[in-house]
Amino acid sequence: MTGSRDLHGTLATRRGFLAAAAGGIALAGLGSAAPAAPAPLRTKARIVIVGAGAGGTGIANRLASRLDGASITIVDGRKEHWYQPGFTLIAAGLKPAGYAVSTTASWLPKSVNWIGDYAIKIDPVAQCVGTMGGINVPYDYLIVATGLTLNWAGVEGFELERVGKDGIGAVYAGPDYAEATWRAMDAFTDKGGTALFGRPATEMKCAGAPLKYAFLTDDYLRRKGTRDRSQIIYAAHNKTLFGVPIVNEKVKLLFRERGVDVRWDHELKCIDPGAKTATYEIPASQSIKNGVIVETPAVRQTIDYDFINVIPPMTAPRVVRQSGLSWEDKWVDQGWIEVDPSTLRHLRFPNVFGIGDINGVPKGKTAASVKWHIPVVEDHLVAALQDKEGTAVFNGYTSCPLITRIGRAMLIEFDYQDNLVPSFPGVIAPLEELWISWLMKETALKPTYNAMLRGKA
Amino acid sequence: MKELTLPMLIAVWEEMFGQSLFWALAVLAFLVTLAYVFVLLRDRSLSMRRFLLAQLSMPFGAIASVMFVQRITSSRLRDIGGPIDVLVLLAVGAVGAVGLAILVYTTQSLLRKQR
Ligand SMILES: Cc1cc2nc3c(=O)[nH]c(=O)nc-3n(C[C@H](O)[C@H](O)[C@H](O)COP(=O)(O)OP(=O)(O)OC[C@H]3O[C@@H](n4cnc5c(N)ncnc54)[C@H](O)[C@@H]3O)c2cc1C
Repeated sequence: MTGSRDLHGTLATRRGFLAAAAGGIALAGLGSAAPAAPAPLRTKARIVIVGAGAGGTGIANRLASRLDGASITIVDGRKEHWYQPGFTLIAAGLKPAGYAVSTTASWLPKSVNWIGDYAIKIDPVAQCVGTMGGINVPYDYLIVATGLTLNWAGVEGFELERVGKDGIGAVYAGPDYAEATWRAMDAFTDKGGTALFGRPATEMKCAGAPLKYAFLTDDYLRRKGTRDRSQIIYAAHNKTLFGVPIVNEKVKLLFRERGVDVRWDHELKCIDPGAKTATYEIPASQSIKNGVIVETPAVRQTIDYDFINVIPPMTAPRVVRQSGLSWEDKWVDQGWIEVDPSTLRHLRFPNVFGIGDINGVPKGKTAASVKWHIPVVEDHLVAALQDKEGTAVFNGYTSCPLITRIGRAMLIEFDYQDNLVPSFPGVIAPLEELWISWLMKETALKPTYNAMLRGKA
Repeated sequence: MKELTLPMLIAVWEEMFGQSLFWALAVLAFLVTLAYVFVLLRDRSLSMRRFLLAQLSMPFGAIASVMFVQRITSSRLRDIGGPIDVLVLLAVGAVGAVGLAILVYTTQSLLRKQR
């Protein structure tokens, strides 16, 4: 009989663990914001969402279940939905391109009207959105969720057609390009040589991704026994590797351990695929030497490579930059929209909200942040429909499972103030390279992302 | 983290395994547990002989589940990086061990008649 009790005992703890483990894994890096489920609000409001990516799809599903009678229209010409955090795993040869691809239609609720076309005009004064095909959609409330534009022309000599050949990679360009990048990286790590990594000087989505890919390439070189013959150069755009100081120090330490050669203040300007060289601009600077101010003029520096991961400058899409919604005195060369950092409501047009990468806020260009943007915008928009003020606040939550090799990652989460805000304090240390953090990135991030798209997490 | 609700967890699990597989697995786990409780009640005691075999199967269950998790996540033992990782590894092993033990015990009991 003791045996019986023992077995029952273990059974009970097993259930306990399963719940905890799955709960833990389920929330991987995306934190959690509980969707409220009050009775639907009756309204005749016309709501237009521009962009059906992570943010647009998530809020469309939330609003469809929160509102009754509203006319919700979503505008996006892209038929494919891309799970972009998966690009890194594709480019590491761990998943096929199809891992990141689904259809836009499959995520949208029936009650939402999807216009499968791109917006070419947003007029916040006349309150309407115009599409390429000439459709004009008037709105009472607008949600801008266009994500950002990858400005490939910003890197002279780079052509998307060459990705996958001659050591050229472009993880950001899309699922197929991520897969082509893997072919180039795989071929490079077979032989070894010089690998070049870096990031643009503009704001960018998932600032950890350039670092992850450097770590992954280092890992493959070691696994294949070609690290000794190789040099990894990381060309940082300023004097840091990561915007959050404590994380920056940790990454510096890891790069030193892995023998990554870091160059500071390097902005990628052009590549020469024939000669396999990359040219960087190092901006002019001032320093004090022996009490004398020394002016160093801007210079160009050319580095040879055998493999390069090109990440271009990023800006708001043209339609947004021409809409008058952008900040006038900040990021003027990039065009992010002027929203309140806490409420994500436009500061000049209160019937306009922003979700995702397009927001002109100091942090938060990750899918994990989108998960927190959605309930905040939902709260303020639904309150506005009732002539009330919302109360939800976005604190800048940004998260990035920083892969440091296949099998390990650091679960880094932070807010506007550069505070680390771990989801599992005392359990998962944010600055430690852990297997559990890798498990989350590998298994739980995509399901959590998908649940967010459906408006369920 | 603000709040973690069961519907939210279920939504994530559904996405992880696919809706039908998730519920099929949940039903399967429930049925095996039910069958186990059934044979315990029917026999009114644990058969030590069957229990022994169940126990002998435990290491295999543990190793199999660890290997399975490592395989689907492209990881290896050397990726264990901190105490929490050791706990996760042990827990994965424990789940496999206990799961297989229950399965083995229940199958034996269902196949053989009560003595
Ligand atoms: C390589 C890589 C790795 C990443 N890793 C992570 C990670 O590990 N964790 C994480 O949290 N995040 C990660 N991200 C970032 C994450 O994918 C984005 O932050 C997130 O997708 C932003 O959501 P969004 O809705 O703002 O934009 P998107 O999801 O990009 O969607 C924007 C949508 O707007 C549409 N659109 C654009 N212009 C128009 C127009 N004129 N009219 C109509 N529609 C338009 C587009 O077609 C698109 O469908 C990564 C991104 C990349 C590229």
